[in-house]
Amino acid sequence: MTQTTAHHHAPPQGFLRTHVFSLDHKVIGKQYLDLALVAVCTGMVLSWLMRFHLAWPETPIPGLGRVSPTGAAGGVITPEYYLALMTMHGTIMVFFVLTTAPFAGFGNYFLPIQVGAEDMAFPRINMTSFWVTLVAFLVLVAAFFVGDGPPLSGWTAYAPLSAVGKDAGPGQGVGQTLWAVSITLFCVAQLLGALNFITTTLDLRTKGMSLARMPYSTWAWFITSVIGLIAFAVLMPACILLILDRVAGTSFFIPSGLVISDRLQPHSGGSPLLWQHLFWFFGHPEVYIAILPGFGIVSHILPVFARKPLLGPRVLIASLVAIAFLSYTVWGHHMFLSGMNPFSATLFSVPTLIITIPATIVTLLWIGTIYGARLRFTTPALFCLGFVSVFVSGGISGFFLAQPSIDTYLHGTYFVVGHFHFVMGVAAMFGIFAGTYFWAPKMFGRLMSETLGKWHFWLTFIGVYCVFMPMHYLGLAGNVRRYSAFTDDYLKPMIPLHRFITIAALFTGAAQLIFLFNLVWTRLRGPKAPDNPWEATTLEWSTTSPPPFDNFGGRPPVVHHGPDEYGGNSAAGDYVMQASSESGRVA
Amino acid sequence: MSGPVPGVAFPPLRPSPPVPPPPSAMPRTTTQPSPPQPARTGIWIAIGTIGMSFAALTSAMVVRQSGAADWRHFQLPSLLYVNTVVLLASSGTLEWSRRRIAAIPGGTGSFVPPLQALSGLYITLAFGLLFVTGQVIAWRQLAAQGLFLATAPSSAFFYVFTALHGVHVVGGLGGLVYVLSRLRPTVSPVRPAPLGAAALYWHFMAGLWLYLLVILATRV
Repeated sequence: MTQTTAHHHAPPQGFLRTHVFSLDHKVIGKQYLDLALVAVCTGMVLSWLMRFHLAWPETPIPGLGRVSPTGAAGGVITPEYYLALMTMHGTIMVFFVLTTAPFAGFGNYFLPIQVGAEDMAFPRINMTSFWVTLVAFLVLVAAFFVGDGPPLSGWTAYAPLSAVGKDAGPGQGVGQTLWAVSITLFCVAQLLGALNFITTTLDLRTKGMSLARMPYSTWAWFITSVIGLIAFAVLMPACILLILDRVAGTSFFIPSGLVISDRLQPHSGGSPLLWQHLFWFFGHPEVYIAILPGFGIVSHILPVFARKPLLGPRVLIASLVAIAFLSYTVWGHHMFLSGMNPFSATLFSVPTLIITIPATIVTLLWIGTIYGARLRFTTPALFCLGFVSVFVSGGISGFFLAQPSIDTYLHGTYFVVGHFHFVMGVAAMFGIFAGTYFWAPKMFGRLMSETLGKWHFWLTFIGVYCVFMPMHYLGLAGNVRRYSAFTDDYLKPMIPLHRFITIAALFTGAAQLIFLFNLVWTRLRGPKAPDNPWEATTLEWSTTSPPPFDNFGGRPPVVHHGPDEYGGNSAAGDYVMQASSESGRVA
Repeated sequence: MSGPVPGVAFPPLRPSPPVPPPPSAMPRTTTQPSPPQPARTGIWIAIGTIGMSFAALTSAMVVRQSGAADWRHFQLPSLLYVNTVVLLASSGTLEWSRRRIAAIPGGTGSFVPPLQALSGLYITLAFGLLFVTGQVIAWRQLAAQGLFLATAPSSAFFYVFTALHGVHVVGGLGGLVYVLSRLRPTVSPVRPAPLGAAALYWHFMAGLWLYLLVILATRV
């Protein structure tokens, strides 16, 4: 057990130091969340463009021709531009939304408060981390505005397509270089962030905050940091090698005798598979970097509204640790089609199936927690339940894909698109929504509208099932992914279903305007929030809404209780705050 | 009320236990939790992630070298071995200074670090700069032989390894400058943690370089 240290920096003076170049973890957390909000809007618009083109490939999209005269002349998207939109959608969503919001955003704001610290261990590094992330985002988005447009090699940037330069097609010149530079910067930022998260958790816990008393969300951010520390440490040098192949003439990933666009490439001996290995050694743990904070958020929020302690807290932590460890043993399941030895495929298939065990255990713990509970159906609780639903729906299709023989058929189809959007994209987004509705009163000092929140939940919940569930059927029917239009005879019967998905995607996207309005309205005009509107127990609810600069007004809390002591009787009600000095456990 | 009667000496029934010294004077034992040192923890985490990056690059080199017909072996510049000695010496001078400074009792409020210890840090800085300069000269020697970044995969990995290590060493030099600024006599009381953390990082840089030298000497 450790103690908090003195605050590293004085309260800031002036607008710039207070709101822009702030060292305060709370401001930095909100900056991350705002960045993720801009990124998710961008990524969502890109998906609308793709979906519209898939459903009506000949119909011009008004105004798009002006944005990209070459990629969408007359408003009709070319196949190359479709791939560019897909690349940018995937990159923006995975890195700048699913990593940035639940991990860097909420983690920055709430990890220090939940452990009873006044700030992160290294506030300057923390600020640097955010600004490098912002620069990385701007560098990536700049690819839309350079001569040959954004890259088209997918968010995985497979070599040699990503490595050979402009011969490989539009966007593979400057655009792809910008992509690689952006991701390198992003890795640096995330490594700095993970450094802060881990050190803060280990060294700055307040008196009484033993590991066993740490909130589950803090545990999840801590474990995610450890995953990130290893994963981004591999992607960063891989991106550096990719940049060197592109700009310095090296041959790390480009093989000999490669002819592209009728030109023999001046490289020799490189290994495209090396990129795949390095990328997926990062890429699969990245899935858990995106989803584990959601696990933590759901585990943190569900007991609050179930008014019961979480079932099996130690099992939960052990499962999260097991998932983190196993996430580094499964990367080859993304490469079953790369021509790998079938024995190697089996070697990757087995841990892929094993990793479903801790994930299933966690799901059962959530269900066991709400079993028999008098659940309070607030918006954050609904999004937690939605999280469980979409995570299970997407996870079950993972069982099929984990087996090489089945994956051989399904890997290149919409089945995979439906799978990973459910399990990684939508589930993580539901975690973000749950966290936003739950912590908004603390972050902004104002209550979000529950009515609008519930409308938002139900429309989104129905919408995402309409979008992604049919994709599984498309995949089983052999509908290939990454095609910009379905002109082959066997694909034409799929077009009506694609149109249904597109309409559902536009509908679901429109439903997000309710959230956006609710969020903006709350921040500007929402009713004032009390300090503990949900009757929750963890330390963030022991301080004011929003918290003061040093989080606890110069009085670091002393922790006496676990993170979820609900269901008994105490002076406060049916719960005991972590910082309450009431003796004993009431539950 | 019980207690000894004034003026009457009673023999003790059992040896009285030794009076514990006041907490401030108690030597630190292994059973006491040590206070958190975020700087040191942070450096350990940084060491972990930097080590992972170089492990990834090492595996990339092994994969790239295996079965590659274009791998070209070349002789490492002998200057690298001189640079190695310089870097190891800098690690030694830093450790000597750290121990001198750590041995001084803290908390007096008027701490003045001994000149010898400070000069040891300046020598470390000079050695560090000398190492970086030596690495750049080694690059120029290789370039003079016609071995550039894109000449062969072996030379590419050589430049990547040495450049990335050099960047981290320059970062370490920045850290040493920061520590020196904290050790000025006007700043008190001295906090030994940043110096210990910087030393830890610097020793890791030396160890990492030894590892890289072995890898490069045996593979390129």
